Amino acid sequence: MTFELFVFYVFAAILVFAATMVITRKNPVHSALFLVLAFFTSAAIWLLAEAEFLAIVLVLVYVGAVMVLFLFVVMMLDIDIATMRAGFVKNLPLAILIAIAMVIEIFLVIGSGSFSLDQFAAPLPLPADYNNTASLGNILYTEYMYPFEVAAVILLVAIIAAIGLTMRKRPESKYQDPSKQVRVKKGEDRITVLKMDAED
Amino acid sequence: MDLLMSLWEWLGENLVVVQILIKIVIIVAPLMLCVAYFTYAERKIIGYMQVRIGPNRVGPKGWLQPIADAVKLMFKEIIIPSGANKTLFLIAPVLTLGPALAAWAVFPFGDGLVLSNINAGLLYLIALTSVGVYGVIISGWASNSKYAFLGAMRSAAQIVSYEIAMGFALVGVLVAAGSLNLGEIVRAQEGEGGLFNWFWLPLFPLFLIYFVSGVAETNRAPFDVAEGESEIVAGFHVEYSGMPFAVFFLGEYANMILISALTSLLFLGGWLSPFNGWPLLGPMFDWVPGIVWLFIKTAFVGFFFLWLRATFPRYRYDQIMRLGWKVFIPITIVWIMVVGLAVVFEMPWWFD
Repeated sequence: MTFELFVFYVFAAILVFAATMVITRKNPVHSALFLVLAFFTSAAIWLLAEAEFLAIVLVLVYVGAVMVLFLFVVMMLDIDIATMRAGFVKNLPLAILIAIAMVIEIFLVIGSGSFSLDQFAAPLPLPADYNNTASLGNILYTEYMYPFEVAAVILLVAIIAAIGLTMRKRPESKYQDPSKQVRVKKGEDRITVLKMDAED
Repeated sequence: MDLLMSLWEWLGENLVVVQILIKIVIIVAPLMLCVAYFTYAERKIIGYMQVRIGPNRVGPKGWLQPIADAVKLMFKEIIIPSGANKTLFLIAPVLTLGPALAAWAVFPFGDGLVLSNINAGLLYLIALTSVGVYGVIISGWASNSKYAFLGAMRSAAQIVSYEIAMGFALVGVLVAAGSLNLGEIVRAQEGEGGLFNWFWLPLFPLFLIYFVSGVAETNRAPFDVAEGESEIVAGFHVEYSGMPFAVFFLGEYANMILISALTSLLFLGGWLSPFNGWPLLGPMFDWVPGIVWLFIKTAFVGFFFLWLRATFPRYRYDQIMRLGWKVFIPITIVWIMVVGLAVVFEMPWWFD
């Protein structure tokens, strides 16, 4: 067994362990943290496959941003574990059925020989000065320019829709306008001098 | 000396892991010393800015103060609050310090003087600094305290928002240098103009945004709402005592040094001499080793962290968010386009 294979098996074991913990832990915060571990180890496996750009972006986007917001929500929610587990036995037969169906599907795809090693020879190790990021960028902005742009536009639409759904102006809440605050002048804007008759 | 060199080469051939471990110790041990004396410098500098002397009792002129603090914290009891999640409570400080140290793996201290010379160095740095937020979130949740939780929420939201501006500022550097390798980025700033060839001039808005976002990212004043002592006691680490607290503290200061060092690397020419190629001063300072220049620049940027803390009042939370999302991100996007045009048309001085 080469050193590389050993490292792969170590990371694969951690990944499988973390993935199992995600679905078996009772506490949702623990599950989310194990999911973070799973992302991290799969990034390490991608590094082994010489895809350093994808690996680092996985850590950056999923671990650094998506999972943080996920944890945010899970921590703020007051989840009642008892009610969540209540339907476990009732739904178990259906769940087992779906699980078996999915396992059979996976075996039909992977085990049918169309993904075996004699169909796809192991790629040659790339030279040390090979730049994964640069080659990805080159192909993304030339050959796959239009699909890339279309994906970007779809994401933009999604952003606008999400903001549009959540934005509402409530008349009773007060807002500050920082640009107005900055433009305040010393005399007139700060105090109003009232003239009034002396009372006796 | 020859014996040592041959031993070193033998290690490199037979026991690479041991050689790498020795290299890591050579980087981390001085870094920890820098962290300790950065806290001393902070107390002294802020002291003088507020017309007092600062620590002056332990050792000559108070030089042993950081050592005394470390010893004190080490001997204190580690209190784990009731109802806290013990494992996560103890893991959280390590998760803060870990990424702050791991980031130094790709940091070039001189021409070729780097632990791991990887292609995607800049990406690696962005990814690692984004992982640092977990220590804060986990500590806030595991403490089982509402103040800690509020501090963690504030801090996490702040770090995630400023990461975007920071990332965009780094994209500007990447476009200007044409490489993700940190050594290549420094070499791209080399030129006859000395300090006028560095990226701080053509990327001036990005330079400022990177530094200010770095201050926000490390939860330092004036962006320290995460620990706002008048509102939420001390934020996410309110329940920590003894060594776990010290590790949080180490992480914060290691992060500050990292941001200062990166600012000097990406915008202030790293190990390059500021007088490079100047008629009289250039040859006069040729003998100074690059790492000394890097140290001076890092200390200079680090001083700004302390200066900001001594002079600015704390930002209001909604204004922090406004600054990050509505001011910094649009400016960075516009400036990336400016830099892109400058690179395409090979603007003289920097990009020709």
